[in-house]
Amino acid sequence: MAGIVLEGVGKSYDGKTLAVQGINLTVADGEFVVLVGPSGCGKSTLLRMVAGLETISEGTVSIGDRVVNKVEPADRDIAMVFQNYALYPHMSVRQNLAYGLKNRKMDRAEIARRVDEAAKILEIGEYLDRKPRALSGGQRQRVAMGRAIVRDPAAFLFDEPLSNLDAKLRVTMRGEIRLLQKRLGTTSLYVTHDQVEAMTLADRLVVLNGGRVEQIGAPMDVYKRPASAFVAAFIGSPAMNLLPAVLSGGTVQFGGGRVAVGDGLPDGRITLGIRPEDLRPAAADEDGAFEMPVAYIEELGSQRLVHGSIEGEDVVCAVPAERPVGESLHLTADPALLHVFDAQSGARLN
Amino acid sequence: MVEDRPFLNFLAHLVLVIGVLIVAFPVYIAVIASTHGPDDFLSGMIPLLPGDRGLDAYRAMLTTGLSTSGAPPLGGMMLNSLIMALGVAFGKIAISILSAFAIVYFRFPLRTLAFWMIFITLMLPVEVRIFPTYKVVADLGMLNSYPGLIVPLIASATATFLFRQVFLTIPDELVEAARIDGAGPMKFFRDILVPLSRTNMAALFVILFIYGWNQYLWPLLITTDSKYYTIVTGIKRMADVADSVPQWNYVMAAVVLAMLPPVIVVVGMQKLFVKGLVDAEK
Repeated sequence: MAGIVLEGVGKSYDGKTLAVQGINLTVADGEFVVLVGPSGCGKSTLLRMVAGLETISEGTVSIGDRVVNKVEPADRDIAMVFQNYALYPHMSVRQNLAYGLKNRKMDRAEIARRVDEAAKILEIGEYLDRKPRALSGGQRQRVAMGRAIVRDPAAFLFDEPLSNLDAKLRVTMRGEIRLLQKRLGTTSLYVTHDQVEAMTLADRLVVLNGGRVEQIGAPMDVYKRPASAFVAAFIGSPAMNLLPAVLSGGTVQFGGGRVAVGDGLPDGRITLGIRPEDLRPAAADEDGAFEMPVAYIEELGSQRLVHGSIEGEDVVCAVPAERPVGESLHLTADPALLHVFDAQSGARLN
Repeated sequence: MVEDRPFLNFLAHLVLVIGVLIVAFPVYIAVIASTHGPDDFLSGMIPLLPGDRGLDAYRAMLTTGLSTSGAPPLGGMMLNSLIMALGVAFGKIAISILSAFAIVYFRFPLRTLAFWMIFITLMLPVEVRIFPTYKVVADLGMLNSYPGLIVPLIASATATFLFRQVFLTIPDELVEAARIDGAGPMKFFRDILVPLSRTNMAALFVILFIYGWNQYLWPLLITTDSKYYTIVTGIKRMADVADSVPQWNYVMAAVVLAMLPPVIVVVGMQKLFVKGLVDAEK
């Protein structure tokens, strides 16, 4: 068991531009950290640098107390679960699990013991003697996990392991991965582009954008206080409403209403962020209420998402399922739940 | 397209049957001729029914040979052909799978150049480079030897290219998983690549075995000692006797016998062969 420490890690493919830069991250022993971001943000590159599949252009990566920049993947004491499972197609499940151990010259009885134990944990005992092609996607995913477990490594690295599964299975496997990691207590680094997956799995989230860290924090902290407009838009479903506005004297003029956003903020152009679930239907004459013409409604069963626009900006509002919605909706928001970002840099102001 | 058009069905079958007859008829004639006496085929009338000699010609060819044409018993020549064909097939597979492995999985200077140089040798089959090759083999003292028969034929651009294509279909993730599982390059080659290209190797083996078995020009050039004659050149020597009439019944018996090993290889490996050509699962 060990933690992972990244210090000033950067990656350049052509020697000029950096695909990933200045990453500082400490993953504590036993912690489950999720790297999340849109495609091309460098999250997979970062994971592959930790795994040793990509060279590290700058900075250092340590696993345990050891700097592993120049260490071969096999000697880093990590195990990786790949997106396409990467099972050896010509080997039975048992051989797949045992291959890494055999290469480490582990003794046969010990290999058999570990394989059986992993098979028991993952409930894949029945098909130990089948070939991967005879297994379903979910079963293959378990085998891929099993291959990581038998190694009993210092850290698990997951590279979008659930993205090839159908939606229902993904939710099930997500829960299983979480339970398994808790049970084994193995330090884990997990890459995904799916923010729901990130929110539900992580002890801590690392939101990446354009090769840089936007924010690191516990899922609920990131959700409640996104550090930038990018994080605000990326984390949360449905996505946060981000509206350009002008701040003067602690309030903004908006859709025919005045919204108080709090004191101590400099006047000027801002981006105002309001989560759809923080918009509250209000009476037409309520102080600070603004009007939103309704475009269409998405029924989610548990709630309805009302889409409309205010001053040309699309706005989404979540209302309870039974609530009738007319041609337009008057809305208001609690100032404490408003997010204010710099219009230019996107950095959080309040 | 599934259609039931009786006339088209008939036409298709007619073409196929004609094709089969065209291929099979000479073989039939060869078998028939081997059962007749030596003169029956010189009368101008080719018999179409088995003669009265039964398997005499085969027995003679396998035991005593045909001294008048300087042909030793067929057993030795068949063995030579077998050694050559197996040597060429295994040698080609071994060399080309290794060079494809190098080209696909290793980054070394001039890698692309190396690939194209191998590729260009496609344009230089044995027949084109036969004199320089003969000179090299002669200088190395490999005339009248098995290595002389085999080694000049085992470099193969086609097979290298085929293995390269096979390796390119193997996902990178598999390579990376093997790296994390602690498999070094040679272990990866032995444990992953070779098993995954097994069917391709089998298909290639069939083609290359027949290629090696049917070699004519090269063995003809470098073997002067009857100990190293191959069956294909042997048949030529039998049919080419000086100052007498070729003994067609014996020649045809030899032809039929020479056909058997390739047939056995094709029939025996048919399943793997087809699988190797169509199997896309990796």
